[in-house]
Amino acid sequence: MPSLKDLRNRIASVTATQKITKAMQMVAAAKLRRAQAHAESARPYAERMDVVLANLSAAMRGREGAPRLMVGTGDDKVHLLIVCTAERGLCGGFNSSIVRLARDHANRLIAQGKQVKILCVGKKGQDQLKRLFSRYILDTISLREVKRLAFSDARNIGDRVLAMFDAGEFDVATVFFSRFKSVIAQIPTAQQVIPANVPEIEAGEGAGSAYEYEPDEADILADLLPRNISVQIFRALLENAASEQGARMSAMDSATRNAGEMIDKLTLSYNRQRQAQITKELIEIISGAEAL
Amino acid sequence: MAKTFKFELVSPEKLVISGNATQVVVPGSEGAFAVLPGHAPVMSTLKPGVLDITMDGEAETRIFVRGGFAEGGPESLTVLAEQAIPMAELDAAALAEEVRNAEDDVKDARDDETRARASERLDHLRQLQGSL
Repeated sequence: MPSLKDLRNRIASVTATQKITKAMQMVAAAKLRRAQAHAESARPYAERMDVVLANLSAAMRGREGAPRLMVGTGDDKVHLLIVCTAERGLCGGFNSSIVRLARDHANRLIAQGKQVKILCVGKKGQDQLKRLFSRYILDTISLREVKRLAFSDARNIGDRVLAMFDAGEFDVATVFFSRFKSVIAQIPTAQQVIPANVPEIEAGEGAGSAYEYEPDEADILADLLPRNISVQIFRALLENAASEQGARMSAMDSATRNAGEMIDKLTLSYNRQRQAQITKELIEIISGAEAL
Repeated sequence: MAKTFKFELVSPEKLVISGNATQVVVPGSEGAFAVLPGHAPVMSTLKPGVLDITMDGEAETRIFVRGGFAEGGPESLTVLAEQAIPMAELDAAALAEEVRNAEDDVKDARDDETRARASERLDHLRQLQGSL
């Protein structure tokens, strides 16, 4: 049975923890709003890009000399997994669920006899992956110093991936991130970026053929596809940022609630014990008086 | 009222401008072209340069754009640019820095193709510096 002093100490420490989790929850809520707005403002660009690429690829379909970024290397032996996670923990199952998805994917590929390479974006993913896959991890890109995610950050990653692709270091690239659905629901997602996964447009909408291309389709496509990689990565990072804050917010919310419950329980047993001690002292005094 | 068309300038970070324009001059990679209402469908990549936008009933806006493309039709024009900075906010020092970077690129280029591309970029930037 813990003494009164022990109980008092525990209540104090749980209260302090609750204050921290509460503060973290509020910070995450504020950051979430910002991240969400940020992700939303990036959406028009990505949507336009999709439409234009779909038009162009429709125009290019069936023609010779389509860029390798679109048709692939014709092989799928070496897979690059770009695993985007957070830089910090304390956000519930956010990092683990992305890592789990990537891990399952990697295991499946390895079972098929394919070669796997992993590029981690964010420290937490690397921490969790290195236990099982340390020999596959090429490198970790840390975005720890980045306060506000800019397109140039995504472009740096994109350029690196492209350089590796040009050097023939892999055939297929997939990005793993968490799609932000709502504050309580984030969906771990795998998206293939190389060869580009261009959305199909309906055959009737063949507006693409009416365009005047300047320079011609192939050149534009060759210019756009590398850009599209960066755009996709940027989008993944933004979605991830919003998801991270959402996950942290709900994790901290339940932590605060748990701390509250614990404080209630501890306070109850503290009061009970205090009462017991008073009763005990009273009995001692009374029986002492009676003995006289 | 003059005839207008829908114009949008989008950068990866935000929708910069959206509204009705009467004329937009686009710095295409094969030469600048002006887009008026009723322009034939066109798709072009951009070179670093200045976008001259005349919005409906407003004075001309000049925006520096880099990297991207323009897609236009009779009723709309969309410009996707990796970077879009209003000329008023573009300072000479930042541009000078860009020029220096480009010069380094030319120097560091290993094969002819990258050198040609880098020096082309340098030319564009110098031109822009001149127009400032």
